[in-house]
Amino acid sequence: MILDGKCPTGPIEKTWDKHRFDLKLVNPANKRKYNVIVVGTGLAGGAAAASLGELGYNVQAFCYQDSPRRAHSIAAQGGINAAKNYPNDGDSIYRLFYDTIKGGDFRAREADVWRLAQVSNNIIDQCVAQGVPFARDYAGYLDNRSFGGAQVSRTFFARGQTGQQLLLGAYSALSRQIKAGTVKMYDRREMLDLVVVDGVARGITVRNLVTGQLESYAADAVCLCTGGYVNVFYLSTNAMGCSVTANWKAHKKGAYFANPCYTQIHPTCIPQAGDYQSKLTLMSESLRNDGRVWVPKKKEDCGKHPNEVPEDARDYYLERKYPSYGNLAPRDIASRAAKEQCDDGRGVGPGGRGVYLDFADSIKRLGEDTIRERYGNLFEMYEKITDENGYKRPMRMYPAPHYAMGGLWVDYNLMSNVPGLFVLGEANFSVHGANRLGASALMQGLADGYFVIPYTIGGYLATVKPGQVKTDNPEFKKCEEDVKAEQNKLLGINGKKTVFEFMRELGHLMWENCGMARTKESLEINLKKIPALREEFWKNVKVTGSGAELNQQLENAGRTADFLEFGELLCRDALHRNESCGGHFRVEYQDAGEAQRDDANFCYVGAWEYKGLEKEPELHKEPLKFENVHLAVRSYK
Amino acid sequence: MSDHKTMTLTLIVWRQKNANDPGKFETYTAKGITEHHSFLEMLDCVNEDLIHSGKDPIVFDHDCREGICGMCSQVINGAPHGGQDRTTVCQLHMRKFKDGDTIYIEPWRARAFPIIKDLIVDRSALDKIVQAGGYTSCHTGGVADGNAILIPKPVADEAMDAAECVGCGACVAGCPNGAAMLFTGAKVSQLALLPQGRAEAAARVKNMSNAMTECGFGNCTNHYECQAACPKGINVKFIARMNREFIKAQF
Ligand SMILES: Cc1cc2nc3c(=O)[nH]c(=O)nc-3n(C[C@H](O)[C@H](O)[C@H](O)COP(=O)(O)OP(=O)(O)OC[C@H]3O[C@@H](n4cnc5c(N)ncnc54)[C@H](O)[C@@H]3O)c2cc1C
Ligand code: SF4
Ligand code: FES
Repeated sequence: MILDGKCPTGPIEKTWDKHRFDLKLVNPANKRKYNVIVVGTGLAGGAAAASLGELGYNVQAFCYQDSPRRAHSIAAQGGINAAKNYPNDGDSIYRLFYDTIKGGDFRAREADVWRLAQVSNNIIDQCVAQGVPFARDYAGYLDNRSFGGAQVSRTFFARGQTGQQLLLGAYSALSRQIKAGTVKMYDRREMLDLVVVDGVARGITVRNLVTGQLESYAADAVCLCTGGYVNVFYLSTNAMGCSVTANWKAHKKGAYFANPCYTQIHPTCIPQAGDYQSKLTLMSESLRNDGRVWVPKKKEDCGKHPNEVPEDARDYYLERKYPSYGNLAPRDIASRAAKEQCDDGRGVGPGGRGVYLDFADSIKRLGEDTIRERYGNLFEMYEKITDENGYKRPMRMYPAPHYAMGGLWVDYNLMSNVPGLFVLGEANFSVHGANRLGASALMQGLADGYFVIPYTIGGYLATVKPGQVKTDNPEFKKCEEDVKAEQNKLLGINGKKTVFEFMRELGHLMWENCGMARTKESLEINLKKIPALREEFWKNVKVTGSGAELNQQLENAGRTADFLEFGELLCRDALHRNESCGGHFRVEYQDAGEAQRDDANFCYVGAWEYKGLEKEPELHKEPLKFENVHLAVRSYK
Repeated sequence: MSDHKTMTLTLIVWRQKNANDPGKFETYTAKGITEHHSFLEMLDCVNEDLIHSGKDPIVFDHDCREGICGMCSQVINGAPHGGQDRTTVCQLHMRKFKDGDTIYIEPWRARAFPIIKDLIVDRSALDKIVQAGGYTSCHTGGVADGNAILIPKPVADEAMDAAECVGCGACVAGCPNGAAMLFTGAKVSQLALLPQGRAEAAARVKNMSNAMTECGFGNCTNHYECQAACPKGINVKFIARMNREFIKAQF
């Protein structure tokens, strides 16, 4: 089937304004008759729930943590982009649009990206009004920094904690609506099913993580804002609780999963120290503004103390390979380059999986105090984890899974192919194509939540009668029974391996065979091994305790079960895409190490339809048209 | 960097089935721990052993494991977050301990934070304090340009110092009175320092203070244990600022 993204046509700079005008409105007096469920209260969900509540809708919001303030958006360090052009260095909405399309390796929709660039400026204003303490200069003006993949300074930041401050802004707006009674917040709840009645999304099934009770909630529309899925690699920069579960359950109820193989591996993370390790920690990309990346030229030097490797024996490979962007090359390129050096035997640190990020030159030029002022908390974090002082010796870095560009398929209104199901933030596939530029996920989450969904959901709700389905509909009971049955099964196996052991094995398969470099052979191995691992899981996993209590093993077991299904789809998507683009690098398709796209055959969004567990999913395509930015080879040389 | 010495530790951990269970300490052994394990990874290892032997693992709150979400919350040897300067439990590493050590692990203990299970407590009272006024009442859309309000760097920096609070509740757990003054003072101060927050400053400080009392938090009697416990180094000067704002608000 050919999918239609329902993008407005005409001159790109008018598309969003025209579309907003064309959307139907819900009469203010009727808004409170509509119930809207928002699952997830990160930047996307928090902003959406607050804004929809303020508009007058009846909102029910859910998150798995004990408070909406803890969503993983909190961890973003570097910053958020906007096309304000405050530094007068040549930025514009058009340039942000252009950079994002090109950065995504021409695999995103033009209209969606244009809208993102257009509303980016409103986001900064909104956050300032909320009291987000963005960095300022002495005269009181907002400060900017540059970030990977851009040659202008358009990134706004709040110390090294931009995500935290933006999330606290959204959380405060949400708290105001909770107090006002327009939003009812349900924390420590995990969505375990989407309730679809006659093809329309009508509600969700959740587990109360404290009591273990299953609960049903009905609404006129459901918004999934449940974040990304890179924990499928087990070790990633995501929080321990991040999962594909909400998305996957919706997928199994009919929502198409788009471009799952577009995953981002972030170049600057602290290398793994041992097998027991539970997560990887990212060091903000902003460090590459002042840090220089290198490895020794000769293998023999790799074991030496880095400060003893003389200048002419160092290979500053990013500066060498990409002279115009240098250390600020986009993430996919910087990550692959690091892997290349390590594969060549010139990596440093344990197992030779690391490259240096060196601040000695900047410290000489700017002084240690300036570097501390800019990145102090990152140096502190690095030292806590590695026991090494980054001011005195170069940091060690290695790429790690970080972000999911793929996600549920949505149209221009952020509605999935299931009517009434909207998907926002990292959970959807919409704007980043095959690679996301730094500082643009925060922008997307808040754009979707504050400035897109408040308009587009109205366009949908205006066409439906409120309250048509309630939780007494038999479908709700059925969903609860299905969830219960799955949990009882997990609890009853009483096998020999723990959930973590399975997750570690899956992560290993994904990282080795479907990580930074993928081949037909490696993917075919995974398409055999993942189903086998899944089968073993359902025979041999051990989950202690009961379903009627707080049970973290049961929570993890459910998430792992979903990853074991989803991982296979990810590999299948990677296998079908016989080209390299952005974060998807197929070894067979390259031009001297650079990704080789195949626009003649693959210039489309690949959206998969679920057909049953042991059946092949069906691929639907949405062709991508580029009318404003010319399809070109993406070069950062 | 990587030496292969491992540690064996004795853990004395608070176990409590649910809010109504009286709870008690249980003793466990952590084996094969290296200096690079984080504290939570050490607990993961103990839990894996417990699961293999068919016992219920120890439950504890955690999520980001990088010191920013504020979810982790354990009192270690009597100190919230383990007592290392500016460090959450999840960032505490085992190199701070020695082979053969005995470690006591307990949940936050405070009247306003009922225990849910083992090391997990209910901190929703902190959300209630924010709901009482920890915001500016701006609407989505229709706000001024970000540069329309000038905020000199020192002011923005001080607001940021206060805004760093991760809402973990260690300050409450560390306070002999179970007060939430550092948490509340940080939010009140952040918004009082910024011009955007001034308009509602008086109502905010009154409402948030009332919420503190209603939620069962104690009063401040200047012990400064909160600042010592705080993983983000939030300064007690923000409590003083809140008190000043409170007095101002009476006139
Ligand atoms: C370490 C790190 C650093 C980053 N730095 C930057 C940066 O500098 N700039 C930038 O632009 N981007 C950055 N990113 C990316 C960016 O932070 C995320 O993409 C973005 O914040 C995602 O927001 P979200 O609202 O979509 O999802 P999240 O913030 O992940 O929120 C997901 C929400 O869904 C809930 N949820 C999930 N599943 C369920 C379920 N089954 N049931 C109930 N609730 C559920 C969670 O409780 C949570 O509330 C970074 C990411 C990481 C990991
Ligand atoms: S003030 Fe410090 S200790 Fe208290 S909640 Fe905030 S971060 Fe935690
Ligand atoms: S787990 Fe997030 S702060 Fe410790």
